[in-house]
Amino acid sequence: MPRLKLASAFALTLVLGAGAARAAGAEAVLVIKSHRFEPAQIKVPAGQRVKLSVHNQDSTPEEFESYSLDREKLVPAGTKATLFIGPLEPGTYKFYGEFHQGTAQGVVIAE
Amino acid sequence: MFAAALIVFRESLEAALFVGIVAAATRQLAGRGKWLAAGVGVGILGAIGLALMAEQVATWFDGIGQDAVNIGILSVALVMLLWHCTWVSAHSKDMACDARHLGLSVQDGRRRPWALFGAVALAVLREGAETVLFVGGTVTSASASASASATAGAVVLSCAVGLALGASVGALIYAGLSRIPARRLFSATNVLIALLAGSIASQLARALTQAGFIETWTRPVWDSSRWLATDSLLGTLLHALMGYDSRPSGLQLASYLAVLIFIVVGTRLLRPPAVVAAR
Repeated sequence: MPRLKLASAFALTLVLGAGAARAAGAEAVLVIKSHRFEPAQIKVPAGQRVKLSVHNQDSTPEEFESYSLDREKLVPAGTKATLFIGPLEPGTYKFYGEFHQGTAQGVVIAE
Repeated sequence: MFAAALIVFRESLEAALFVGIVAAATRQLAGRGKWLAAGVGVGILGAIGLALMAEQVATWFDGIGQDAVNIGILSVALVMLLWHCTWVSAHSKDMACDARHLGLSVQDGRRRPWALFGAVALAVLREGAETVLFVGGTVTSASASASASATAGAVVLSCAVGLALGASVGALIYAGLSRIPARRLFSATNVLIALLAGSIASQLARALTQAGFIETWTRPVWDSSRWLATDSLLGTLLHALMGYDSRPSGLQLASYLAVLIFIVVGTRLLRPPAVVAAR
């Protein structure tokens, strides 16, 4: 009986551990420099939530905007903003910087 | 510079429509102009303050400060609108049927819809802060560039054009609503304010999801972007007026509907029984 208890405790630890690892989830980083996104193309896993960090290294504010991701987030000059996207179906999702739309363009590829 | 005008127009549209609707809803209210101006003024001051603090706010809670502030503003605005749409409208509906009575009851100050003016201030605050930040950033980078003052002047001018366009849409809806006879005006503005409350609930749901606080029902329920894109002219207008979203998440849709149901049921339950009996 104690062995069974130990085994189930071990199994529970595995499950919880896996849960925590999943909760930590996928992350992606974007940098805004000279009103451009770097990288302009990021790949993320489909079907799970992704934590997106956007670092604005310019001296002007930017707004991360995407209608296909349904996200909109201000990123003031010199700051780092965090937002969560998805879970996404596999596909390509455009995003842009609303304040410098001419140059600040990019895509998220979920696969 | 057309882009700057467009951005300011988009940002100012929702607040302008809201001001127009509230102005029409309170047409019979004595001293309405003063209250409305105070709401807008407080909103603008708050927006400037928030824009000045934006760089600090952005770093709060590991990069979700902006969303946290938005969530706070949206929540308070939602509570104010729900309060107005249920309790206040249930208790003044009978009065509104007779414009003279409404005029009398508001003149003694008991039925001043303060929640509406508070919500106006919050709408201006939220949309205004982004506009101030954008205009400030663009003017700074324009004056830093080679052909200094001319460019900065052009930016300010185009932003003014965008703001004027937004304001004129607000004026247009006010003019349109003002043609409705007083007896029906109250129901018309109530429907519009209820839709705005639904829109705020949907935006709140999106902000909570974006900040990572909620992880349920995040998938889009439908995708109507092919027929009506959110960034098209009509899409922008419908978004500002009733929260149109071409890819609403399940949570957004549920929040929107829950608010509308709450308002309809709440108004019925709270309506004084005497009035029901009199009909």
